[in-house]
Amino acid sequence: MTRHTLSVLVENKPGVLTRAAALFARRSFNINSLAVGPTEHEGISRMTVVVDVDDLPLEQVTKQLNKLINVIKIVELEPDASVQRELMLVKVKADLSTRTHVLQVVDLFRAHVVDVGTEAVTIEATGAPDKLTALLAALEPFGVREIVKSGTVGIGRGARSITDRAFERAVRPA
Amino acid sequence: MGSDPAGSAPATTPADAARPSAAPVPTPPPARAQVRPRSAPRQPVSVAAEDVTGAQSLVRSLEEAGVDTVFGIPGGAILPAYDPLMDSTRLRHILVRHEQGAGHAASGYAYATGRVGVCMATSGPGATNLVTPIADANMDSVPMVAITGQVGAASIGTDAFQEADIVGITMPVSKHNFLVTDPAEIPRVIAEAFHIASTGRPGPVLVDIAKSALQSRTTFSWPQQMNLPGYHPVTKPHSKQIREAAKLLASARRPVLYVGGGAVRSGASAELRRLVDLSGAAVVTTLMARGAVPDSHPQNLGMPGMHGTVPAVAALQRADLVVSLGARFDDRVTGKLSSFAPGAAIVHADIDPAEIGKNKRTDVPIVGDLRETIAELVPALADEHARQGKPDLAAWWATIDDWRETYPLGYTHTDDGHLAPQGVIQRLGELAGPDAIYAAGVGQHQMWAAQFIRYERPDSWLNSGGLGTMGYSVPAAMGAKVGAPDREVWSIDGDGCFQMTNQELATCAINDIPIKVALINNSSLGMVRQWQTLFYESRYSNTDLHTGHGTRRIPDFVKLADAYGCVGIRVEHANEVDAAIKRAQSINDQPVVIDFHVSRDAMVWPMVAAGVSNDEIEYARGISPAWDREE
Repeated sequence: MTRHTLSVLVENKPGVLTRAAALFARRSFNINSLAVGPTEHEGISRMTVVVDVDDLPLEQVTKQLNKLINVIKIVELEPDASVQRELMLVKVKADLSTRTHVLQVVDLFRAHVVDVGTEAVTIEATGAPDKLTALLAALEPFGVREIVKSGTVGIGRGARSITDRAFERAVRPA
Repeated sequence: MGSDPAGSAPATTPADAARPSAAPVPTPPPARAQVRPRSAPRQPVSVAAEDVTGAQSLVRSLEEAGVDTVFGIPGGAILPAYDPLMDSTRLRHILVRHEQGAGHAASGYAYATGRVGVCMATSGPGATNLVTPIADANMDSVPMVAITGQVGAASIGTDAFQEADIVGITMPVSKHNFLVTDPAEIPRVIAEAFHIASTGRPGPVLVDIAKSALQSRTTFSWPQQMNLPGYHPVTKPHSKQIREAAKLLASARRPVLYVGGGAVRSGASAELRRLVDLSGAAVVTTLMARGAVPDSHPQNLGMPGMHGTVPAVAALQRADLVVSLGARFDDRVTGKLSSFAPGAAIVHADIDPAEIGKNKRTDVPIVGDLRETIAELVPALADEHARQGKPDLAAWWATIDDWRETYPLGYTHTDDGHLAPQGVIQRLGELAGPDAIYAAGVGQHQMWAAQFIRYERPDSWLNSGGLGTMGYSVPAAMGAKVGAPDREVWSIDGDGCFQMTNQELATCAINDIPIKVALINNSSLGMVRQWQTLFYESRYSNTDLHTGHGTRRIPDFVKLADAYGCVGIRVEHANEVDAAIKRAQSINDQPVVIDFHVSRDAMVWPMVAAGVSNDEIEYARGISPAWDREE
């Protein structure tokens, strides 16, 4: 099994997330993360799906995804040719005795503190999944209370845009 | 990244390549003639919008989409639509007795006409009763549009009376579906539904319309501009792949054309015939493709698969080239996949890219409309023949002819005094002939009907192949008869299947739809019983239906036919078979049910047991072909 990141352009219509997620579920594919949001084109959303799967079943599921009427385009983002980031909010125990140490870790990872209380701080961090894992490991000794992650989003390197090409093809009359 | 990140190509992947990069698709794209709604699509012209209700807009849209027949049942949420439906002079609504009947009838209608079948039901239970025929049509790629009423938009999600999330329920078993809450969307959604149902790989599309949308005022105009940016079925095959396929076909020594239901859906029979003749290859026609190549053609070995002919199964196993034409390597054809056609190169032509490589590794994939694909393959093959000569297939045909001589399709007569079901079906096929339409249920009688009737036309054989839906036959025959009123239509049904949907006999009797039912009554769930005989030590758990000879006959099918306003005929002896069929043929003002009492011990042979290699096909119980004899 290898990790794959799929960028899926979809029409922003009710049920589209269900349709896509159900296809993964039907084949028992574990979705590692899934993030959805609008794009620069009105009515078109972009899903970033990270799955652990072998190449052959991945090909089948992408073909099945392509069959969904609301799916406009699917591109696999290769790690070397794309930028992939995730946002994490993490609540860490930090009282007067440990706060300085926690803040050192935050600085080291170029993260930010977005909320401070007497017993805990909340840290915002952005980065590739590996960086966030390392940050969590560094915070672990202080006591991690709560974690929330956005799921990975990714974009291809270079000037070309997958939305432009897909969108032009979709609407341009013959 | 390297020194020139801006110039580097974006990630392209198998996923990206999976969708062949089609040219910009016109909107609306041209539908295939075979399944095109009559009046759509056409060039947009500006038409003044009319002020109507959503319900009127729906009826007008169906009319403009070319619909002439709707099978359905009204109910609360769809009620507004039934009012303008009553005034329509272009739509015939046929009131069925169960929504499942409406769905299968729409499917039968689609088979018989090549057009989109339409069914209609109310919300909640009406809609959920359509789920089985929708799933059935999805598995067998039947163009269908199902219209369901939904509770008012404000009530959706509140567990209102007769509310069911039918869009959610049918997502995995339909090609696409829509929920409409804004009446202004009705014409566009109907246009899109018919377009999606009938193009590419055909399939069922459900349109769920909130009652509030049907009741509101809106405007109607047609034609509709479709907005389907994610839907571009590829119809034109890649010429390089066509040449590769032709090269293989010209050089193979043991070629088999593996013809599936796509040949029927794409209307490819004429082109296919030319390919068969030119290639000289052996041909097998799957359960979904019976008649796509005439059974009288000397190269047609019949049906492959679990209950296929020995020559068809053996030819695939020994082939050095399998050219799949609109087939999908279903488990009922391949048997144990890892030992299917082990020595064959595979050419796989299909309109649906997801079918290619799904089950079997493919050497030459061809995505496109099958009729176009074969039309291009024929001249490409002729070119190859001109270049490298026609292959010598004499040895291959000698082997096949030996199989055909040693293992012809046949059956043994019964020794319990009851009719041999195979004989009844064979005789029916001979008397009704190749121009009749035959619609089977699911089980033993379905297999015998696939085996012992000789099909000469691609539109003569209807059955539930993929889903295996018991109860399919009577309503499907009804829909086919509505679509093709001048053809003789036979439902070949089992006593188990018949009891699931025979209420549609009422629909047939009242609406002047004179189908004929050949009931192959073995008083049991025959195929399950056969498996119990073979694999469960003849322990017949819950397969006795008490409908046949020597039982209480509950129900008595002759009385039941009579009660439904049909002619009922009982046949218990071989010498009555012909007369009964001929009498049924002479009655054209009423449906007819012939209750053939057949032996319950008859079994379907040949057979490949589930999950084993096709090499282990049994010609009859305990008798396997001796493969090495001729090698």
